[in-house]
Amino acid sequence: MKKFIVLLILKIFLTSNAFALIEVDITRGNLDPLPIAVSPLHVDIKSEAYNGIKIKKLGENISAIVEKNFRATGLFNPLKKEAFVQKPDIAHLKPRFEDWRLIKAQALITGKLLVKDGKLKVEFRLWDLAAAKEMTALAFTTTPSNWRRVAHIISDKIYERLTGEEGYFDTRIIYVAESGAKNQRVKKLAIMDQDGANTKYLTLGNELVLTPRFNPTNQMVTYMSYFRNMPRVYLLDIETGTQEVVGNFPGMTFAPRFSPDGKKIVMSFAKDGNSDIYTMDLDTRVVERITEHSSIDTSPSFSPDGKFIAFNSDRSGLQQIYVMRSDGSGVKRITFGNGIYGTPVWSPRGDLIAFTKMRKGRFYIGVMRIDGTGERLLTENYYQEAPSWSPNGRVLVFYRETKAGSKGEGFSAKLWSIDITGYNERRLNTETDASDPSWSSLLSK
Amino acid sequence: MMFNKNLKNIFLVVFTTLILSACSTAKKSGNIDGDVYTGKETVKFLASGVPDRIFFATNKSSLTTASRETLRKQATYLRKNKSLNVTIEGHADERGTREYNLALGERRANAAKDYLMTYGISGKRISVISYGKEKPVNPASTPLAWSQNRRSVTVKVN
Repeated sequence: MKKFIVLLILKIFLTSNAFALIEVDITRGNLDPLPIAVSPLHVDIKSEAYNGIKIKKLGENISAIVEKNFRATGLFNPLKKEAFVQKPDIAHLKPRFEDWRLIKAQALITGKLLVKDGKLKVEFRLWDLAAAKEMTALAFTTTPSNWRRVAHIISDKIYERLTGEEGYFDTRIIYVAESGAKNQRVKKLAIMDQDGANTKYLTLGNELVLTPRFNPTNQMVTYMSYFRNMPRVYLLDIETGTQEVVGNFPGMTFAPRFSPDGKKIVMSFAKDGNSDIYTMDLDTRVVERITEHSSIDTSPSFSPDGKFIAFNSDRSGLQQIYVMRSDGSGVKRITFGNGIYGTPVWSPRGDLIAFTKMRKGRFYIGVMRIDGTGERLLTENYYQEAPSWSPNGRVLVFYRETKAGSKGEGFSAKLWSIDITGYNERRLNTETDASDPSWSSLLSK
Repeated sequence: MMFNKNLKNIFLVVFTTLILSACSTAKKSGNIDGDVYTGKETVKFLASGVPDRIFFATNKSSLTTASRETLRKQATYLRKNKSLNVTIEGHADERGTREYNLALGERRANAAKDYLMTYGISGKRISVISYGKEKPVNPASTPLAWSQNRRSVTVKVN
């Protein structure tokens, strides 16, 4: 996986940021998605062939991805192209605003591209149709094989301009791909674009692998593997494929996550029936014990400032969520509701903790403030767990399993996402059954 | 010393029997008592009369009277076969979060290991591994299947 270098020639043709025109309010539910027209990008006739990429179709393909991204947010309603009233090249120069308003669009995205000398040049504009103004215009150059990422970056820029928040389209999800009968599951690490494209398998399925998580730069992954029947936390470099065991523990290590600076891994180490939380510094290899309690302490997750760790413990009897300072001091239980709680994950914004709640045989994904107040349950199901945050802290991805019949038939595991508003629940497309998702940060930041 | 330990265990057995009979109102249906599996359907044997596994209640790692009896049989068998080493695999049912279940499986396997050690089996002969909810023996989504999956299994290594 090559590092993606976008040569941003970002030119903001017009800076109308000062007075906001269209605004999409994403703090409330999306009962009224914004109608938006995504015009196909105009392909410059001077474009040259490039390595099997369908250049003539490229403009349509890029706009189709942008459209799909916007529809998936639940905040936007991309309009049908049949109703479009202007040709892409003309619309990109100067839209006839009144015509676009006629089809009830409030925003219009136009663009053009040129493939020449092995480079893809893309330009796009976002228009406010009501105010008859250009809101944003950007241009950039990259290698043509990156055209999907171009579509995601365009989506991010427009999302940012319209919502005032960072996008999450130019991202990947790492997960565990599952296949085979329920009691003989084969599990592999897999990575895909946020929209399900470009799936790659990182392990062969010879050994059980679980709970992969990205580091902040998305180049490393920490996960658990049963390689040689020794369940341990591993570190994998996605670019080189090199793997190593984390630390030299005389027993099972599991539930790993990176610290927000990427320098440490926090995880559980189980010995003699007791699991405690440890960190290992990846540079110095120094191992530190963070909790020391006869209960099960697991599922640690750092706060984004690195000062605190949320974790799961059954020290009060059943699983509950606790927060402590990252040195292990000041342990405080934060969940007191009916039911038991697991898998706390700190939001990238720092204000919320996502969790799994189990109550009366049902499983919930929810969010609460970091002191445990303001609990909101977003979705209820037969079995679901392991939420992971989108980098802008707006969406959670998790996995859901179905109830199996007497021989295990009818069992499936799939990835789902939901807005933290509780709206817009959707299943993610994966080639196989899938579990344990972890969302990357923005790749082109 | 050994005599003392046995005496202590007899006391424990009597004590738990008393407790169990005291709560005879506890749910008992088919092969599940409370929610601990008591049947034989999934059980294999290390040797004639020596069951390979014990079962646990939901979220628990404490040993039932029946589990202790099974483990004592395993201990006797291991004492007779001095060169034999075992791995105890700890498992959980599918109704919990993955990471917690890994810890729970480890705790269950160690509960079995500790009990074997009190019967004089060296800890060096026993290794422990947790599979959490990853290897169900019964793939169904029923209380019976879950009770069969909440288990620790003693497996011969050599």
